[in-house]
Amino acid sequence: MPTSSVVIAILALSYAAYRLARRRSFAVVGGPQAIRKLHSLPGYHGLLAALWAALPAFAVLVLWHVLAERVIVDAVLAQLAGDGAPSGGAARDLLLNDVRNVVAGSVPFAEASAPVQAAARHWQHLDAISRIGGAIAALLVGVLGGVLVWRRITPELRARNRVERLVEINLLLCSMIAILTTVGIVVSVLYEALQFFRMVPVSEFLFGLKWSPQMAIRADQVGSSGAFGAVPLFAGTLLISAIAMSIAVPIGLFAAIYLAEYADWRVRAITKPLLEVLAGVPTVVYGFFAALTVGPLLRALGQSLGLQVASESALAAGLVMGIMIIPFVSSLADDMITAVPQSLRDGSYALGATRSETIRRVVLPAALPGIAGGVLLAVSRAIGETMIVVMAAGLSANLTANPLQAVTTVTVQIVTLLVGDQEFDSPKTLAAFALGLVLFVATLLLNIVALQIVRRYREQYE
Amino acid sequence: MGDNTSSAAVRTSLTAVPASGAQAGFTTRTVGEVVVPNPVMSARAVNVYYGDKHAIKDVSLDIGRNAVIALIGPSGCGKSTFLRSLNRMNDTIEAARITGSITLDGEDIYDRQQDVVQLRARVGMVFQKPNPFPKSIYENIAYGPRIHGLVASRADLDEIVQTSLQKAGLWEEVKDRLDHSGTSLSGGQQQRLCIARAIAVDPEVILMDEPCSALDPIATARIEDLIDELRQNYTIVIVTHNMQQAARVSQRTAYFHLGDLIEVGPTEQIFTNPGHKLTEDYITGRFG
Repeated sequence: MPTSSVVIAILALSYAAYRLARRRSFAVVGGPQAIRKLHSLPGYHGLLAALWAALPAFAVLVLWHVLAERVIVDAVLAQLAGDGAPSGGAARDLLLNDVRNVVAGSVPFAEASAPVQAAARHWQHLDAISRIGGAIAALLVGVLGGVLVWRRITPELRARNRVERLVEINLLLCSMIAILTTVGIVVSVLYEALQFFRMVPVSEFLFGLKWSPQMAIRADQVGSSGAFGAVPLFAGTLLISAIAMSIAVPIGLFAAIYLAEYADWRVRAITKPLLEVLAGVPTVVYGFFAALTVGPLLRALGQSLGLQVASESALAAGLVMGIMIIPFVSSLADDMITAVPQSLRDGSYALGATRSETIRRVVLPAALPGIAGGVLLAVSRAIGETMIVVMAAGLSANLTANPLQAVTTVTVQIVTLLVGDQEFDSPKTLAAFALGLVLFVATLLLNIVALQIVRRYREQYE
Repeated sequence: MGDNTSSAAVRTSLTAVPASGAQAGFTTRTVGEVVVPNPVMSARAVNVYYGDKHAIKDVSLDIGRNAVIALIGPSGCGKSTFLRSLNRMNDTIEAARITGSITLDGEDIYDRQQDVVQLRARVGMVFQKPNPFPKSIYENIAYGPRIHGLVASRADLDEIVQTSLQKAGLWEEVKDRLDHSGTSLSGGQQQRLCIARAIAVDPEVILMDEPCSALDPIATARIEDLIDELRQNYTIVIVTHNMQQAARVSQRTAYFHLGDLIEVGPTEQIFTNPGHKLTEDYITGRFG
């Protein structure tokens, strides 16, 4: 019995429970005219029965599948061991994998060895039994749940409160998923990073000045033993972010001041959505722009001035990243400036201040904490931005403050380290996770500080 | 709305039979004496529109020197609009338009030559809700003198801050914490800070838009005492919903109704012997 039909059956059961429970709630008070005797409306009785039919049934179905997999694997392994196959270690895992492939149909039955064929048949047999058993168990639990509610329907049953409670629990579970995912990411990155730090000391990683993650994979291979000093990456990231912010902050802020204080509503109605469209352009498109247009342009410009500009320069990547962040800064700053109460502007105008004096001396200082928070959020975006720098910043880990040279960033290195064939016991691969951890911690701290500032500022005028 | 402008022009040019404005050469429907000798400000045939809404209808009124005039009337009667037109605060509202003339010491404040910055330095304003800047108490007061370049040295500025706070009766309470934020003060103190801020640029006229409506009775009493003291040196125009307050602090009272200036006269007379039925109904609490 395929899982999809079981799901449809459970939904049908749930609907039936809804209709029956709803009808019974009318019956217990003697018809629709006496509906006021019910504590909850009939629909809530129906919903309660439907939820109690569906939710436990789905839970049983999921649990059954998870547990059945383990039981089947154990049974198959027992049979394989009986046929004289290795009973442990990597050889057993390989064999099990073969069986899996045969069962899944990705390897034809005929190509497999005799024991594997037997094991695969056994597997399929057990699997069929388990599916039918799971379906029956789920539907039984569903019927049971529906019947339990149906039997308890009385005029006094507080069905509405119970349904609302169930809905609330479901909402809570959904919100937990996002949090748990974050925790999961942290744990997985942390685990691999710790493995890396077992091979390379933390101090060398954080303070080393040479980044050259090439490792000799075979003993006879010509290659360096690898150097994992991440300082050039941090420096490159900071250099590009600094260039980006020095573009985005002034332009974004001035754009926001114009939009919030000077533009009349017609200009605002056109300009604001346009700026937000800029924020919606995929970063890979900005990457093209940086690598194919801005980079060569800067090099040509540099040549005409007699400057040596690398074709993949920090300047090109930073400039384009700055353009990408402008709408982010301007939209946040605009919110903060419009949040400054009109009464403060009136107070300033009434003292004879001009518009620019009012903006410079009253509005901006009042909005400053919020704007600072917005800028920090923008910095954290710049640090984490990947696509533009992958395409435009280059790979060479130069430790330099010269924006005309090629630098590389933390994100670029993560991408390069994880592209291609990998071994997960090599520091080369694991270094990506250590870099990821650093990136995660840095942006997390920035976001926490920034959100704190923004929140405190928002409270001030409410 | 070109026809409104032209009709206003026609009205100002009319020299037909007036009630009280006869000698000044204009007509008015207002009961009582709109004209006073040697006024600081005079409004003649002022109309204010917010888009299509005719908020002030043909109002003429003189503001007497070193006196308090109260503007009263039910909500939406135009008293605040009239107040805001006296220092052109309506300019900040895009849809607002004004016709007629308002003069300050004989100069038309809506004249093209008139700089609104200088006008507002001479006609200060205190708002309904205290609105200190989110700066220190000192900086709140120093703001006006600084932007107008009134001070040459830090000592001069200290002097202005101190005298302004003294005049506003706030000095004793805040002299030890001038560097604290203006927003950390209580509501009544904030409002007196705003009055001190207005005084600091040494205006001739102070406009007050319901300055006590957000304050408790004790803070209100302090502000009312302050208004009475300030009358020695300043002309004050106060909008209020509180008729007892109008009776306590003002010498003249003007009653507005749906954009019309119905009646104006000595405060005592308005409250004891009003000349117009609407004024009487309002002050006896029949509406409003």
